[in-house]
Amino acid sequence: MVTKIVIKKNQYRDSVFLMVINERARSLLGIEEIAVMMGTDNNKDIMGKVGFSGSEIDSATANDIIICIKGKSEEMIKNALAQIEEMLTRKPCPEELEDVYKTLESTIRERPETNFAIISVPGQFAARETRKALKHGLNVLLFSDNVPIEEEIEMKKLATKLDRIVMGPDCGTAIINHVPLAFANAIASGHIGLIAAAGTGLQEVVSLIDRAGQGVSQAIGTGGRDLSDKVGGLSMLKGLEILDEDEEIEIIVLISKPPGPSTMKKILKRVSKSPKRVIINFLGIDPELISSSGVMAARTLEETAFLAVATLKGEPYQPKNFSLSEVDLKRILKEETQRMAPNQKFIRGLYSGGTLCDEAMIILKDSVGEVYSNIPLIPELRLTDLSKGQKHSCIDLGDDYFTRGRPHPMISPETRNRYIMGEAEDPEVAVLLLDIVLGYGAHMDMAGALTKSIKAAKSKAEDRGGYLAVVTSVCGTMGDPQDFSSQVKKLKEVGALVMPSNAQATRFAALVSTRGRNRV
Amino acid sequence: MVKKADRSKRGRPFFGEELVVVNIGIKPFYEDLKTQKVKVAHVDWEPPAGGDEEMVALLDKIL
Repeated sequence: MVTKIVIKKNQYRDSVFLMVINERARSLLGIEEIAVMMGTDNNKDIMGKVGFSGSEIDSATANDIIICIKGKSEEMIKNALAQIEEMLTRKPCPEELEDVYKTLESTIRERPETNFAIISVPGQFAARETRKALKHGLNVLLFSDNVPIEEEIEMKKLATKLDRIVMGPDCGTAIINHVPLAFANAIASGHIGLIAAAGTGLQEVVSLIDRAGQGVSQAIGTGGRDLSDKVGGLSMLKGLEILDEDEEIEIIVLISKPPGPSTMKKILKRVSKSPKRVIINFLGIDPELISSSGVMAARTLEETAFLAVATLKGEPYQPKNFSLSEVDLKRILKEETQRMAPNQKFIRGLYSGGTLCDEAMIILKDSVGEVYSNIPLIPELRLTDLSKGQKHSCIDLGDDYFTRGRPHPMISPETRNRYIMGEAEDPEVAVLLLDIVLGYGAHMDMAGALTKSIKAAKSKAEDRGGYLAVVTSVCGTMGDPQDFSSQVKKLKEVGALVMPSNAQATRFAALVSTRGRNRV
Repeated sequence: MVKKADRSKRGRPFFGEELVVVNIGIKPFYEDLKTQKVKVAHVDWEPPAGGDEEMVALLDKIL
């Protein structure tokens, strides 16, 4: 085995660009391990963990590309390096050049009408760029992660002082003035506005609103830490002010994982003064605690969306566990369980969306009991071995552990395909529970990319004399670039069930695993 | 230069009549907005001072 390390000085490339190069180079003949990354401290840690270290790596800066390759021979490494070099030097198309600038300052000089910044630079530079954008009068979506919480607080305080908003850090999705930003779905315009500290929670709710025939004109992301007591909900409070004043918005929806106790009080006090009708889903928090403040509370993301739609239309809302009729539900349940072996009883959720994974665990807790996870509801249920599930479990494959130096499961099917095949080896698994998240930024055919492993996993269970149920939901809309209908069709063609929401998919998975004994 | 928001409390939408975006960092975000015909510019960002964080802190103090 031969290892080669090459440093390319002063050649910055963004992380997504380098991720694509990593993926392509990994499949080259004779290459065992590869890391093509900028020389940030975080990246050096990742390289160390996969066995690349040395003084050349130590001395590289955040402006240098580090190429580490382990391969079978000198010749194979030489070939791979030549191909990487070619990918790195791809020139932009001429039509791109007129929109491309070197700095924020030069952009503002040429385009003074600029009013919004999307910032996705490495974490240690994020606050610097955000401060500059705010001082130029821009609102900011800050996609970058690895930003210290002290810097988050400082940026948000500056934004409040300047009457601006910082969405993030670690904000992956938003819809502003009807425009989907970063990882977001194509949604019809309408009179519902959202503020969410939960990315795929926001995507699920806006997609369900769209598919129910209504629309959203603003969906403000805040970043996952905004409602911690340290940050105190600075972005959510600013968002409330914005939506309160927005004449187009009639209903305001708030979504978050459980906030810090004092921040929750602060938010509930603030919404009680809103002139708009407000619906809150703080995942896992008793709805009674919220509705006692005089606002509407929802338990699931689906309920949140449908309650918003019904309220907007002035109709009563009656929550339903399933859209399917009782007869159809029984028939499908029988089809999915009759060929199962008696020892097949566990649910294994393999998620690309963190909030969807959270929601599944909250629903399953009441129907099948303890659910193990890498993001557990209580610390005692933390998975100790992250290479596979145990008993009932839901794994968030988009968590940092899986995405350090690797593409997110919304962009690449690689990690999830591996886990699907791994779970299929376990004869006690009854159901695989999956989310498919569509929208801008996401993989263009995730359903298609998972079908091979779904089919193979089902065959494996059949070879053992059992049957593996695969229950899915597709988070997206007809307007998304991937085409919602064709994604659903591809999943159904390989025998996967496609439920209308993550909540329904989870409830159905619980029914299958208990053979219909539990009707939560 | 610090620009205080000039929006009046009533009338002018917070995010402006039309979103005009600058994308700093990951290029596909710019490309997706371009596809949607949103007014967008892209900053081909590089770490300041060659990525030397101490130098960046020093520059920020001076400038």
